[in-house]
Amino acid sequence: MTPLLFLEQTLNGLQLGVTLFLMAAGLTLVFGIMNMVNLAHGSLYMMGAYYCATLLQWTGSFVLSAVIALAGAALTGILVEVVALRTLYSRDHLDQVLATFGLILFFNELVKILWGPIAIFMDIPGFLAGTVEIVPGAPYPIYRLVVLGVGVLVAVFLWWLITRTCLGMLIRAGASNREMVGALGVDIKLLYTLVFGLGAALAGLAGLMAGPLYVVEIGMGDSMLIKTFVVIVIGGIGSIRGAFVAAVIVGMVDTFGRVVPAMIGLTPSIAEMAIYILMAAILFWRPSGLFPARG
Amino acid sequence: MKIGVIALAAAVTMGMAPALAQVKIGLITTLSGPQAGLGREMVDGFNLGVKHAGGRLGGVATEVIVGDDQFKPDVGKSVAERMVQRDRVDIVTGVVFSNILLAMSDTVLKDRRGVFLISSNAGPSELAGKDCHPNFFSVSWQNDNVHEAMGQHMTNAGVKKAYLLAPNYPAGKDALMGVKRFFKGEIAGEVYTQLGQTDYAAELATLRAAQPSATYFFYPGGMGIAFVRQYAQAGLMQQVPLFGPSFSLDQTILPGIGDAAVGAYASTFWSEKLQNPANERFVRDFEAAYNRIPSPYAAQSYDAAMLIDSALKATGGKLGTKAEKDKFRDALRAANFNSVRGPFRFNRNHFPIQNYYLTQIVKDEKGRLVMDLRGVIFASHADAYVDQCKMKW
Repeated sequence: MTPLLFLEQTLNGLQLGVTLFLMAAGLTLVFGIMNMVNLAHGSLYMMGAYYCATLLQWTGSFVLSAVIALAGAALTGILVEVVALRTLYSRDHLDQVLATFGLILFFNELVKILWGPIAIFMDIPGFLAGTVEIVPGAPYPIYRLVVLGVGVLVAVFLWWLITRTCLGMLIRAGASNREMVGALGVDIKLLYTLVFGLGAALAGLAGLMAGPLYVVEIGMGDSMLIKTFVVIVIGGIGSIRGAFVAAVIVGMVDTFGRVVPAMIGLTPSIAEMAIYILMAAILFWRPSGLFPARG
Repeated sequence: MKIGVIALAAAVTMGMAPALAQVKIGLITTLSGPQAGLGREMVDGFNLGVKHAGGRLGGVATEVIVGDDQFKPDVGKSVAERMVQRDRVDIVTGVVFSNILLAMSDTVLKDRRGVFLISSNAGPSELAGKDCHPNFFSVSWQNDNVHEAMGQHMTNAGVKKAYLLAPNYPAGKDALMGVKRFFKGEIAGEVYTQLGQTDYAAELATLRAAQPSATYFFYPGGMGIAFVRQYAQAGLMQQVPLFGPSFSLDQTILPGIGDAAVGAYASTFWSEKLQNPANERFVRDFEAAYNRIPSPYAAQSYDAAMLIDSALKATGGKLGTKAEKDKFRDALRAANFNSVRGPFRFNRNHFPIQNYYLTQIVKDEKGRLVMDLRGVIFASHADAYVDQCKMKW
């Protein structure tokens, strides 16, 4: 691999990692604070993309569509929390897995009814189309760089939110000891709803940014969800910092895992296993992940 | 499991048709999950065929029972069991995926009543070769064929170095084997990616570095949409011409890709632009009925209905006794119908001998993307497995 190709693949790995981070941040907060396994997180990713693609067709403005779609994803998340998930907090994880798996089926069918079974079109906004030659001879899509930039900005925003604001303090406290936070008079129900809405908005953001790159179709969040779980397990459940580091690591390992085995003549199946081998190795070394949130 | 009963007799109400039905057809296809669009094409194409036959295939009351295999082989098998044993269908058709067809083929073909299985999409090599069966017919193609055609075209076009990509599953490997059977140039790279993967940035960077003179890709469904768009976004469409089978560039995919697909080449056995009276009628009426351009899946399924219609006419619509079934089989073999793809006949293994065309993705007069004809690659092409089939007729 030439140094230039290495640089290009590093960019690809970072960009995949950042997209994973947007998904993982929401999931890890919900998992860490509410102790809730939410398989329907991938559905919120899908809804974000469908909302934005539809609004884009109506309005023609990507920024406007994205803003409304974000609000839509957050509202969808809040609605799901209030209607379906609230009753599940006290139940065990298996019940939560079953119920949220049901939500996946519900959202897939809903999308089929509303938008039809065939993937819908979503274009890269005109002002972000085109390529730049960061690496000579290898034009790199500007849009991917923008995704990378937005992801880093969100990471900084979340860092500020978690470490510098009152809400962040409550979130951290909730991740460490939920009962105590409740006992101190915090409206834990409201906090949960807010966190869930925030997580849903982040998933929606990941989805609407992924739409023009990948494909807006039924079940588009499902494969993303599996990688996201790997990320939060590696990063340590409930930790935003862990999610960021792990997302970048998983993005890199996945990207290079898809390229390197073919170069040295190994079976392509290695690529599919790479991130799971990584997860197993890290869990062996640190059973609660790289940056566990709870004491 | 969703079983919708669709009574198709033209002026007959839904409640009455089953009692009158003389022929029962089970249409098993994929109607849920990410691949549900393909099943919709199969159902709509078949229904249009029945409508064109006046609601009565072979002139007799016809009942079509639709079943959803949910893209799962075990579900497909149990739907087939219900249709064959409980609903007592005479013919099963519609299956999209080879793994599902192989899971259910024994259930249908080994039933003692002698049920016919007419595949209108999946064409696995097993059923074309050693497992060929008197009651199994494929009205589509053998899985390798469309890929073979593009391999031949790339040889004809003088492609020196080709870069091949497909998902890492049996049909992906068969596809690239089909290309390599007829492509005589150098292989610059042969990459198998994860099934369902939609980010190809890493693969495209490696592809560019290998400096091929053409790219062949086989990515059905959402994978194809993601791949073609990222190929164009990376500026590769102008540098390295893109070749693929119709499965990666047809009407189930093109609307999702958008203008990025313009200029790509697709090999196919049928195109919406193919000019013959049967096809012009099919495309026009399909658009009028469903408000979209038909895909090859719809065309195959339409042909399945027309083939069944032609064979039932020969038996007077009867399928009860062994003699009638033998007569029906002979009539199927004769393939005495006007296929939307033009010339069509069956080989000894009950797979088609037909033409394969080169098409290019262009915009039609309404600005929609279509597969425009560029020429014939293979005339009267058969599959590579017929020699392994012991059946004689």
